[in-house]
Amino acid sequence: MAERFAVPGWVPPSALQRKRILDDTRSIAIVGASANPSRASNFVATYLLSTAKAYTLYLVNPRETEILGQPVYPSLQDLPEVPDMVDVFRRSEDLPPIAQEAVELGSKTFWAQLGLWSVEAAQVASAAGLDVVMDRCTKIEHARFAGGLHLAGFNTGVITARR
Amino acid sequence: MTDHEWGFRTRALHAGARPDPTTGARAVPIFQTSSYVFEDTTDAADLFALQKYGMIYSRLGNPTVSAFEERMASLDGALGAVAASSGHAAEFLAIATLAEAGDHIVSSSHLYGGTITMFSNTLGRFGIETTFVDPTDVDGFAAAIQPNTKVLFTETIGNPSGAIADIEALADVAHSNGLPLAIDSTFSTPALCRPMEWGADIVVHSATKFIGGHGTSLGGVVTEAGTFDWGSGRFANMTEPVPTYNDLRWWDNFGEYSYLTKLRNDHLRDLGSTLAPMHAFLFLQGLETLDYRMAGHIANARAVAAWLEADARVAWVNYAGLPSSPHHDMATKYLPDGPGAVFTFGLAGGRAAGASFIESLEMISHLANVGDAKTLILHPASTTHSQLTDEQMQAGAVSPDMVRISVGLEDLDDILYDLDRALEAAHG
Repeated sequence: MAERFAVPGWVPPSALQRKRILDDTRSIAIVGASANPSRASNFVATYLLSTAKAYTLYLVNPRETEILGQPVYPSLQDLPEVPDMVDVFRRSEDLPPIAQEAVELGSKTFWAQLGLWSVEAAQVASAAGLDVVMDRCTKIEHARFAGGLHLAGFNTGVITARR
Repeated sequence: MTDHEWGFRTRALHAGARPDPTTGARAVPIFQTSSYVFEDTTDAADLFALQKYGMIYSRLGNPTVSAFEERMASLDGALGAVAASSGHAAEFLAIATLAEAGDHIVSSSHLYGGTITMFSNTLGRFGIETTFVDPTDVDGFAAAIQPNTKVLFTETIGNPSGAIADIEALADVAHSNGLPLAIDSTFSTPALCRPMEWGADIVVHSATKFIGGHGTSLGGVVTEAGTFDWGSGRFANMTEPVPTYNDLRWWDNFGEYSYLTKLRNDHLRDLGSTLAPMHAFLFLQGLETLDYRMAGHIANARAVAAWLEADARVAWVNYAGLPSSPHHDMATKYLPDGPGAVFTFGLAGGRAAGASFIESLEMISHLANVGDAKTLILHPASTTHSQLTDEQMQAGAVSPDMVRISVGLEDLDDILYDLDRALEAAHG
């Protein structure tokens, strides 16, 4: 696990800000998608395909052609559209060039998965106006607000009398 | 949804219980069902592989139980919770998630007798060794830590000794050794103390007691803070591949959610000590009034303890709410609203007078429980702690003349009336 050094000019988004990011996202590119069902990227892709069907999901990995029945793209540039969110499952040291790519493409959010942290990547993306989330799981964060985490006994912080 | 921080009493009424989306039911429905229909075969496979959240079978989860779990997590200030069929089951699950044959735990010696027996007997036979130490001796916990130690364990308020854990100091000892601190907080409930605010990582409650408050249902719950680093290398079963779930690794896949996800999907799955939906529903009713009830329990307990202490027929009273208690300072720090409503005393005339006293009570119930709305009384040495050896009893500060009272919510005058009559009969 990379050490979580403070990022000048960036504050990790609160639960509400993370909910807003997920609500505003329509397309997600998973960079570092794996065909191995024990890997977190495969887990998250399975969850998003089955539970969060409102998202258009793109899988990126130059060494794969098909995962979970979905086409796999060699790079972010090869996607048919600019993804709203670039969700990275690579080593922390690989994050800065991917953040730069997300900025150049015009994505809205740079998201680094659980256990990942890069001060440089966060600075590159947040300086360009992207929302930045690090060391968080998109599956867990989506489930926090969509009800899945509640069913698993987790504290969602949701208090409402609305149906 | 707003960024507002909801207060304790609001969360006791609302957390985990939004209106049912299908029917609009405002109360939490009792989902009295063993199992749940899958959407299709892919849905079923994804659920079984933990690749999506949802209900499979009520041994692993049930929507009524989920509401209770989230409410407990909210009140404890925790990341999440897993409920169990009893407080004992919750304790076993809390330990089983961390330790296996060849491992070691360090525990307070002042625990509820049944917990001491579980640790020394069942855990011992499963190859998990426990070193018991005086809960007031923080250095003793530190000295007992071994390379294979997996957790430090104590009670917020010792049963029945009344010793108050120095949670902050114990958390420092645990964390500086790369270990989590687990606390049984049954006697205090989240209304009086939230151990995670002082650094505890895991909290266990018997919901049977004050959380329900009605003495109708058995249940327990484990909550976890989600801030402990399970990836340090000391907890191989958090970081090694899990064959039963396609070789996923709890820490890699679930991060801060690892401990509770493993507890539910490894151990509740295997042990089956699940909370029943009806009991979860009854605990939810109890939680709604928890803060008010605890205030009432404490007001009565303080008055009863002071009355007993002033009475010549009573040899000693041990209640951390009394200035005479050696635990008074610690109670003032960790339990500023009051150190619960369970305490002990001894009669002039020792064990024989105590037995006569208990048998002479009219309204106060002689039974083996605490935390009922009704006042309860017990002789620990011949009941809850009777399976302990003489040495264990001494280490647990259980004396032969000790009477344990759980002060209820009756009119104070009536509690004192009944105690007075029985004291008179015992000394008649």
